[in-house]
Amino acid sequence: MRADEPFGKALYELFSSMRFAITLLTLLAIASIIGTVLKQAEPYNNYIIQFGPYWFEMFRLLGLYDVYHAGWFLIILTFLVASTSLCIYRNAPGMVKEMRNFREHVTEQSLAAFSHKHAVQHGQDTQALADKAVAYLQGQGFRSKLIPRENGVLVAAKRGAASRLGYLLAHSAIVLICIGGLMDGNLVFKAQQLLGMKKIETRDIPQSQVPEISRLTPENLSFRGSVQIPEGGSADVVFLNVADGYLVQDLPFVVQLKEFRIEHYSTGQPKLFESDLVLLDRQGNKIREATIAVNKPLIHDGVAIYQASFGDGGSKLNLRGWNLFSPAAEAFEVQGAVHESTRLSSGEAEYQLEFTDFRLFNIENLGGETPRQNAMSVKSDNKALHNVGPSYQVKVRNPRGEANEYHNYMLPVTLDGRMYVLSGVRETPNDPFRYLRLPADAKGGIEGFMRLRAVLMNPAQHGEITRRFAEGALPPGERGGELQSRLEASAGNILRLFAQGGYSALGQFVEANIAEGERQQATETFLRILELSTYEALKLANAQAGEPPPATDDATGFFIRDSLNAFSDLFFYGAPVYLQLQSFEQIQASGLQMTRSPGKNLVYFGSLLLVLGIFAMLYVRERRAWIVVKPGNALFAYATPRKTVDFEQEFAKHSQAIEQLATKE
Amino acid sequence: MELALNAPQPFLKRLSMFDWLFTLVLAVGAGYALNLYGAYMDGYDKGMLIATVPALAWLGWFWKPVRPFVLVAFGLALLAIYFYQGDLARMEQAFFLKYLISSQAAIMWMCALIMFATIAYWIGLLARSPFAGKTGTALTWSAATLSLTGLLVRWYESYLIGPDVGHIPVSNLYEVFVLFVLITALMYLYYESRYQQKSMGAFVMLIISAAVGFILWYTFDRQAHQIQPLVPALQSWWMKIHVPANFVGYGAFSIAAMLGIAWLLASKGILASRLPKPEVLDDVMYKTIAIGFAFFTIATILGAMWAAEAWGGYWSWDPKETWALIVWLNYAAWLHLRLVKGLRGKVLAWWAIVGILVTTFAFLGVNMFLSGLHSYGEL
Repeated sequence: MRADEPFGKALYELFSSMRFAITLLTLLAIASIIGTVLKQAEPYNNYIIQFGPYWFEMFRLLGLYDVYHAGWFLIILTFLVASTSLCIYRNAPGMVKEMRNFREHVTEQSLAAFSHKHAVQHGQDTQALADKAVAYLQGQGFRSKLIPRENGVLVAAKRGAASRLGYLLAHSAIVLICIGGLMDGNLVFKAQQLLGMKKIETRDIPQSQVPEISRLTPENLSFRGSVQIPEGGSADVVFLNVADGYLVQDLPFVVQLKEFRIEHYSTGQPKLFESDLVLLDRQGNKIREATIAVNKPLIHDGVAIYQASFGDGGSKLNLRGWNLFSPAAEAFEVQGAVHESTRLSSGEAEYQLEFTDFRLFNIENLGGETPRQNAMSVKSDNKALHNVGPSYQVKVRNPRGEANEYHNYMLPVTLDGRMYVLSGVRETPNDPFRYLRLPADAKGGIEGFMRLRAVLMNPAQHGEITRRFAEGALPPGERGGELQSRLEASAGNILRLFAQGGYSALGQFVEANIAEGERQQATETFLRILELSTYEALKLANAQAGEPPPATDDATGFFIRDSLNAFSDLFFYGAPVYLQLQSFEQIQASGLQMTRSPGKNLVYFGSLLLVLGIFAMLYVRERRAWIVVKPGNALFAYATPRKTVDFEQEFAKHSQAIEQLATKE
Repeated sequence: MELALNAPQPFLKRLSMFDWLFTLVLAVGAGYALNLYGAYMDGYDKGMLIATVPALAWLGWFWKPVRPFVLVAFGLALLAIYFYQGDLARMEQAFFLKYLISSQAAIMWMCALIMFATIAYWIGLLARSPFAGKTGTALTWSAATLSLTGLLVRWYESYLIGPDVGHIPVSNLYEVFVLFVLITALMYLYYESRYQQKSMGAFVMLIISAAVGFILWYTFDRQAHQIQPLVPALQSWWMKIHVPANFVGYGAFSIAAMLGIAWLLASKGILASRLPKPEVLDDVMYKTIAIGFAFFTIATILGAMWAAEAWGGYWSWDPKETWALIVWLNYAAWLHLRLVKGLRGKVLAWWAIVGILVTTFAFLGVNMFLSGLHSYGEL
């Protein structure tokens, strides 16, 4: 055993040294910075896309996706606790001794070597002068001791020794805070995982089917998980996100959500998120009811329940489907619910509708110039924010398994002074939605547009449209001639092209058949013919539906132009149907976070000690004074571990006072 | 010199009539407010209002100029409330409100006065003019007064916009920048009077002026001066203490960094004869970092306690929390180097300057470049 001793001692020396502690702290700081720069706990796929497979694997092994729970990070923390504890253990006895000590054994020679000393002459009795000095120092807040020395007296005094207590408090506080933090961390799970007793679940399966090995019992001392509960539903577990999977934490009780509420300020910002909860024991007996809100958690049985998020709890949607492939067909009814899917057959193909979200309120910034605001007025009057009403999201999956996502608003929205029904499209969840604007008719619906579209898409009607267009374009005298048939033919050609592929088909035709110099003029003519023909088509569509003919005003002009744009854009819509929201029954869900953190009180107690310690260390200054009084002369010496300007001033003041005491009878 | 030999009088006996009068005014004011609005306050709000009285009284006893400062700033705020007569539109009509003490008017005056004070301090420094230095001090006091008035009036105005909108003006970047100017100016004035050194003002005022520049840009370019209602996460009494405690830290670290610059310039012989002695600069640097560190510690702990109530955990390794820890470790290291290793001078001066860069990143950079829970202070 003897041979080991030097090694053990060296290890002790290393661990308890300040250099070691500082190295650990530096490592901790660097690791922390990495954790803030690299977004933590993202789905692993995002990292693969970002770094590529090689670096993804490398970073995964280093635990960089969850730095603060990585094994090595916890080991550094543990070492920090050990090192700081040893540091305290090593220094505390000396410090306590030092706090009590008056350093009365100081020799005259060593005092003479002090940088702050002041010698005075006197003609008084040594004991009397020493008593006066003690009285003075006590008045200045010093505690002092009189020690007889050969042919004289030593006055030893000290003040602010609590400064060293500050050191002990602050450093013990760090140990306590770290231990508390480790208690609330996932050390136990890490150990169980390492021993193969627990395993992360990565499959997307119902909670009840998650096997025992990925479940944590209600007795688990510390956890922090979340769960989303629909209104009327309940939960007896929370989910803990770990790496690329999760664990199921069984709760000691059941939480039922009665109602979730959102309130808004008049400006549209959210004002309140609130959930009415009922707690039941696991047998189903009611324990208590409570309402929680952000900043107002409920604490029950050591578990704190927080309002963390909200979402849709499976709202029921009634939709009206427009078959875009057979525009003449009647619209049909579709039923759906958020988080569920419905089959839809269109011709031979089977499509799947996956409803992903419903929102009752949509506070949108609808542009509009925000007036330059007065720098003196604190009241904001932003008129650009509007609630544009309910919307829902659906993924339309085609038979090949590919899906576009659609975001459809229920009500028409006013943009640039005209009304549109908006439908957003995106290919992947990371893209922003591109919005298709379907022009609303005079009744605010899209029936007018759909009728017009059906007529334009129907080649059988093109003859009638072009005839009416040509007759309208020619003066009465020239009707019926060759000019009319040429006009009809080119209008027919334009309508055919447009019905096949919108503006891009027309553009391709122009590029292929018309000389470069004449293209612009030709395009303008084509568009003019297209618009006039569409006007005829609109009259036809209205007449066939028994609607009054369109007025000859700007509104009709805009409607025609918007309809042509929407018609053309629909070629890129990517779905066989447009699903219009007719009515809904909203069911909300509340996202709750539940935590049990037994280390919290330790951390708070540590924090209290830390504050006390810091104030004691920084604001209690330790100072020591000695006065060696001998017959005829006296030496005043003054010392502090930390020299400051205040110390210099005090030294001058005390020296002067001692001088006075010595010279005055 | 007889007095030097006697033990000083106990602290309470040294207080003057004015000290007690000041305390009485504070107590009566708080009592009146409690009586008037107590029905709308919860226990924490009441506790905080009552605790304000001893806190301000102690501050006034400890540093006497606080007494007239508080009385004038609160007096002006009461005057503004009187002129408002409960109607926000009177901002445009009442002369005093429009040009002097509506919150925006007061804050704009604060901006102007800080700029003038900076110029005065620099003239004082370069021309060795005591008069210019005194002018700088007076202007800084006026700016601090108007910024406190501005914040108090803004608090009142927020309730005039709507009873549900009303809240203490420390909830967004615009408001905390005004708070930063107030706290930094006051702390600087304290050290100026304590050390009788006006030449430090030239440097400290530069960083306050930078904050003022930001306020002006933020007002005129972004209209950030408008009062916005509080999102649910901020509706907590913790905000009233967490944010100001943080800004005592930020303000103190800023002063230390500017003195670090002054120290380095003086050590190269630039302005050396005009600046205080290096030991003095060093000492003030230490004092500001010490007080800043103490308050930053408190602020971080308060933040953790608030997080435990709002986010479900006292520490989530959110980027803002993590960077607060880094700032804390940075200044803890600074203090260790000075107190344990006895280091002085150049290294610490540089370290204080780097420290303010780290702090600025924690304060602004995190919100601009990193995402997280703490997204209230976005630009």
